[in-house]
Amino acid sequence: MKVFVVKDLLAANEEAARENRRLLERYGLAVINLIGGPGAGKTTLLEKTIALLGASLRFGVIEGDICTTRDAERLSRLGVEVVQINTAGACHLDAAMVGRVLGELPLADLDVVVVENVGNLVCPAEFDLGEDLKVAVLSVAEGSDKPAKYPLVFHQAKACILTKLDLLPYTDFDLAAVTEEIRRLNPALEIFPVSARTGEGMGAWCQWLLEQAQRKKQPASGCS
Amino acid sequence: MHEFALMQSLFHIIEEQAKAHGLVRVTKVKLVVGKMTMALPAALQMAFQALQRGTLAEGAELEIEEREVRFFCPACEQEFCPELPYAACPHCGHAAPHLVQGRELYLDYLEGDDEG
Repeated sequence: MKVFVVKDLLAANEEAARENRRLLERYGLAVINLIGGPGAGKTTLLEKTIALLGASLRFGVIEGDICTTRDAERLSRLGVEVVQINTAGACHLDAAMVGRVLGELPLADLDVVVVENVGNLVCPAEFDLGEDLKVAVLSVAEGSDKPAKYPLVFHQAKACILTKLDLLPYTDFDLAAVTEEIRRLNPALEIFPVSARTGEGMGAWCQWLLEQAQRKKQPASGCS
Repeated sequence: MHEFALMQSLFHIIEEQAKAHGLVRVTKVKLVVGKMTMALPAALQMAFQALQRGTLAEGAELEIEEREVRFFCPACEQEFCPELPYAACPHCGHAAPHLVQGRELYLDYLEGDDEG
């Protein structure tokens, strides 16, 4: 007996992501899913971003890691609301994991929720968490070939942050060639080369993030 | 590595569908996987073998049909298979065509024995 099913393997995740999105929309929050390999500099970028924008935006952070609460501890020192998810082995966050902890954040008192995904450039790209936009993080120390080797996250992201710009003189990373390659992968992607350590390029990224958050806060027009 | 999580959700769907259609044993599972997913067929097969033990799909065959990536170019109105990972239209160079095929990741059909 043959039974035609035609059911998406990610259907359950997508339903959970829709629920998260419905909840987050109600509060007018900009929700960012930060995706990059281990050591790409996601947490340091987030620390610096919060330090620069903390006076203008109220941040909530969801930290995804396989083990430890180290990243959450680093961020809570900045006085932002942080929730840690330990995936206990899983290589990505899924929408149900995020949904379970959203209630721990004071959503009504926030402007932006950043979900720092498990360090991995591949798997997290496949799982919608209910975010508004994905941001890909790649450090110059990881090598010029990564965007073409792991294209899905670059296809799906709205912005790409090239971190550790201060290390550029010590690597063979070709910034112009990689920027050109990323543009070929996704012409709509905003690219921000930054150094969280020196602050170089952080202004343009923060300005863009601020605009994303302001756009979400604007009340829907034309309903009166 | 997330292929394991994908196969776990496959087994949830198998259980649910087998129950709905009165299957007591599943002998074949057919998946469709687009080439612009990050799911590798070999890793899906391995996870399927590992997870099928003790389920009603124990011993079942997993067939995976891969789908090529296809785009539609809104400028010159042609469909094409891109030279991955780049998506630009080979006919007119348009940089942002629409994906029409390649993100599939679904259970197509099951074969099995019913109670009768």
